[in-house]
Amino acid sequence: MAKKRIVTTTLNGNQTEFLCEPRQTLLEVLRDNMDLTGTKEGCSNGNCGACTVILNGRPVDSCLVLAVEAEGATVRTIEGVATAAGLDPIQKAFLEGAALQCGICTPGFIMQSEWFLSQNPKPTEDEIRFNLAGNLCRCTGYDKIVRAVQDAATQWQDHYMKNCHEKGCH
Amino acid sequence: MRDFEYEAPTTLAAAIELVAKHNGSARCLAGGTDLIDQVRVGRLTPDVLIDVKKIAELNVLEHGATGLRLGAAVLCYQVYGHCGIVSDYAALADSCRIIGGVQIQSRASVGGNLCNSGPAADSTPSLIVLGAVAVIAGPKGTRTVAVEDFCTGPGKNVLQPGELLVELKFPTRAANSGSHYRRFIPRNEMDIAVVGVGASVVLNDAKDKFVSARIALGAVAPTPLFAKAVGDALAGQPINDETIAKAAATARAIAVPIDDMRGTKEFRLHITGVLTERVLKAAIARARGEHVDCKVGH
Repeated sequence: MAKKRIVTTTLNGNQTEFLCEPRQTLLEVLRDNMDLTGTKEGCSNGNCGACTVILNGRPVDSCLVLAVEAEGATVRTIEGVATAAGLDPIQKAFLEGAALQCGICTPGFIMQSEWFLSQNPKPTEDEIRFNLAGNLCRCTGYDKIVRAVQDAATQWQDHYMKNCHEKGCH
Repeated sequence: MRDFEYEAPTTLAAAIELVAKHNGSARCLAGGTDLIDQVRVGRLTPDVLIDVKKIAELNVLEHGATGLRLGAAVLCYQVYGHCGIVSDYAALADSCRIIGGVQIQSRASVGGNLCNSGPAADSTPSLIVLGAVAVIAGPKGTRTVAVEDFCTGPGKNVLQPGELLVELKFPTRAANSGSHYRRFIPRNEMDIAVVGVGASVVLNDAKDKFVSARIALGAVAPTPLFAKAVGDALAGQPINDETIAKAAATARAIAVPIDDMRGTKEFRLHITGVLTERVLKAAIARARGEHVDCKVGH
């Protein structure tokens, strides 16, 4: 078996070390080694976006990243989104707009939406749909998700322009 | 997933040495969006993955008087985020905007798309029409191969054991030129091309005649196909519906598609003609300095 490696990352703002095999994906390490089970496994081939995390400021499918590649990287997962003060506005918008049913896809949608709003705080519906194209949902039919992102964008533009920068999501 | 070793060399020399040392049992890892999945499902069985993302030569992104240098590991989002590429190598930016979703574009590279050598690769027709040349390094030194000669079959290419793709070199954009890439998929996004067509055109100063043109077709042959005869026939011709329709007919005659789950041969031939016309018209519009609305996802 290939030798295990020690990988040092900044995970949700904290310097974190983990031990992993080269063949382990970032998704596996987050869930199985770090017990951060908020990030979900869906298709494991880059189609569904359930495992979306922010790696060095960009959204990626963590099932298609080797954990060893995260050496020296900053990683942000769904566990890093809410603060002690409560849920993030995008989380509130998903809750209030009932933009989820079974919830498996939700962490991925939240990560992608939050990142997207930090890049484009005033998106059109088309832009939202295109930017969420890498996230699949089998329950909602997407309309409520799109409306939740629109809602978050309208109500919390200032938040996304200021806070996301501080939280390091871009 | 299969057990493998991981190496991340920081110099090109070290990478070449590693690739050569593990002759045949190593695979280069760039974005991994194809490779990691292929290892997971057992289609590829490497003993070593060589991460090439830390090598400076593979991250080169230079646009200047001598053209464009695009390192093999430069990512899709960097391509469409680069003003010089968007303005002068527009077809390549068109391709990179529609490869996967945003998450894939954060990781996938144009060089990786080429080395994966899929017949439906979205960026390869654009590389071909833009005249890109692949710079390949190996134990015997460096050589160059025109991108239209790079792929040799589905998943196969000219890379010899021990060799790796370093960068893609593009000539300077000609005056009065424009380019475009477009594909047909039954969804709005996140799908594999049923047919993809890239075109680049150079017009005369009056912008009413073709000086030259290059067309490449995706997903209609075992490799991305340089449809040289289409461009050759357009050279010197006036720009009108008749010459464009003739080009589309030539493209249909060159395409050799198969029937599969994404479309029948007959449908693919039809789409090849339709897209060739549309893509040529968009490339002409860009050569004339007109805005082309190629909204992503449509």
